[in-house]
Amino acid sequence: MIANAKKKVTDAALGVFGWIDDRIHVSEIFEHTAGHHIPKSTSSWFYVFGSATLLCLIIQLVTGTLLALAYVPSGAEAYTTLEYLTFEQPLGWYLRGIHYWGSNFMVSIMLIHMTQVYLFGAYKYPREVTWMSGVLLLVITLGLAFTGQVMRFDEDAYWGIGIGAAITGRSPGIGGPLVQMLLGGPIISAETLSRFFTLHVFVLPGSILAIIVLHLRMVLLKGINEWPEPGVEVNRETYDRHYAAIIKREGMPFVPHGIGKDLIAGAIVIVGILVCAAVFGPKGPIGPPDPTQIDANPRPDFFFMWIFAIAALMPDYMETVALLVAPPIVITLLFLLPFLNNTGEKHWSRRPAAVLTVVGLYLSLGLLSWWGITSPWSPAMTAWRADPTPKQFLVGHTPLELQGAIVLQQKQCRNCHAIDGIGGVRGPDLAEVGSRLTAPELARQVIQGGGNMPAYGKNLSPYEVNALVAYMVSLHPTGTTPAQDSAKPSVPPPENSKRQASADPAHGDHG
Amino acid sequence: MTPDAPKETTPAAEGCACQSGTAVAAPTSRRNFLLQIGIGLNVLAGALISVPILGYVLSSFAKKFPLEWINLGSTSQFPEGTTQLASYENPYRRPWDGEMARIPCWVRHISANDFQVFAINCAHLGCPVRWFSESKLFMCPCHGGAYYENGDHAAGPPPRGLFTYECRVTNGSLEIKGGILPNLGNPGNPTEVAKPA
Repeated sequence: MIANAKKKVTDAALGVFGWIDDRIHVSEIFEHTAGHHIPKSTSSWFYVFGSATLLCLIIQLVTGTLLALAYVPSGAEAYTTLEYLTFEQPLGWYLRGIHYWGSNFMVSIMLIHMTQVYLFGAYKYPREVTWMSGVLLLVITLGLAFTGQVMRFDEDAYWGIGIGAAITGRSPGIGGPLVQMLLGGPIISAETLSRFFTLHVFVLPGSILAIIVLHLRMVLLKGINEWPEPGVEVNRETYDRHYAAIIKREGMPFVPHGIGKDLIAGAIVIVGILVCAAVFGPKGPIGPPDPTQIDANPRPDFFFMWIFAIAALMPDYMETVALLVAPPIVITLLFLLPFLNNTGEKHWSRRPAAVLTVVGLYLSLGLLSWWGITSPWSPAMTAWRADPTPKQFLVGHTPLELQGAIVLQQKQCRNCHAIDGIGGVRGPDLAEVGSRLTAPELARQVIQGGGNMPAYGKNLSPYEVNALVAYMVSLHPTGTTPAQDSAKPSVPPPENSKRQASADPAHGDHG
Repeated sequence: MTPDAPKETTPAAEGCACQSGTAVAAPTSRRNFLLQIGIGLNVLAGALISVPILGYVLSSFAKKFPLEWINLGSTSQFPEGTTQLASYENPYRRPWDGEMARIPCWVRHISANDFQVFAINCAHLGCPVRWFSESKLFMCPCHGGAYYENGDHAAGPPPRGLFTYECRVTNGSLEIKGGILPNLGNPGNPTEVAKPA
């Protein structure tokens, strides 16, 4: 009885499926897409990052669409709607968090995917277009990341647009008009936000979907790169036959036999995004986009930190080149990589230059990002009134030296110069400056500046300079002598080096 | 346009027929004629539709924004020998600009009717510079640019001094020509004598 009923149900189901398949050819589509045959060797944990990136994009599309239900891309209201989303809309904060962390995951996993593809030589013949479409996807994703930062329309977004405009303004000849076009007017305004909204919500997502179609089509057409073997070289004459033989020998349908690890990785990614969103929450918004609140300390999101660092570290004459010329060259080289290196070895163990490139690139990006986060070149804007002078640098000093300590604090020297590690790190720590520079050298440096230090000659009275120099000369480890001019005959260490220094005749010129 | 189209079709269509070796479409066939007309009309229509689209998108590229005098308030608000933060309403503001319409600037009162008004934006990458009256320096929080009280470059990566606004004193009020985001491509003050860093 039961077996009979079961058979009837199965028959009915098959009948329904047969009807659907007859009308819309599902099984044929399946065979050519999800069920396409892949080399058995590619069912590996190394091959899960492409599908994981795609999964991130789907999460971004869903959460982004949902955020747009509440977000108003208006200069006057964007910030209010962000606050509404974060604090009033049920689960709004969580969706913002998922969208933010989804973007971090997407950029990171995409970079891992790209690195894997590069190290496995997958960009070589015949998968040039797969790689090139991938480079376009990277560029669009970074575009989405930058415009997404602007959607979080707070003070960082406002000044971030200003940085974008300042870089654009460096274009020779047409900088001014280009800035106007970027901003939609002569200054950052509501029209600027509308522009970035249009890019973030219509233009870039539309483009990314179109290029993904091409990318996936190429994966189906030219196959997934087989696990590279050292010594097996890609040859344009023989590769297609070689790959066909692999598929014939060990090919298996992606669904269901190859997708298992992708599914597991996908689940890990989703849970990772959910956990990060729950634990760390969404980013910002920090203060409103009010330009008159000038206490802003603009910083980009982490994937652009390295550019922020380059902008600080480049010498002036190279900066425009580094900001405007280098990126297109790098992208073009990346884009044309399959033509620069089309055949030959795929295995990383036979491509030391490729491995070194990857290592060098990640070290540089990591180091630059770290510098971007710590920003050692930025003055600590509040150090002069927030960071006390450590007690041991005040006890036992003469009144003149103490006056100098007050000048050091009062004139914002501490914003750039730490004392014993407390304060800004733009300039050298002054804890032991007296053992490095003599009084005349210190006076010259204070008055004339130089080596990235402003000249204080006009901003300090001679009395202030005198006191400041006396104080700095006294800053040397106990039991050591202050720095001495090697051109002058050395004198035995004086009994009280501090008093000696402040009475140095060199100061007389200023005092 | 239309009378020219059949003339152009003939050689191209012949070439096509010769190469394929089959009589897909005779050079002067009705189908071929319609195809050529169709392509021609679409090129024309495409050109027509691209004019308003490109005009719309590129309008802000070439548009001139003439700057008018804007009142920053009575000069008595700015004591002689000080540098203070002031702000003005963007003359090109839209009703939905919100708080973005108020643009800050630094006003330095040198003496009597002698003023300097600086843009808030660092000449390096546009971050907001802050004034420190004690050390008489402007410092930038982004990449460590520093400027002297007269706006000259003092330290750090900025390629020039602070951007200035054209300013004047009329009937006891300080006026500036503002409303643009100054950048290296358009510093915004034609009267300014640019000094190298």
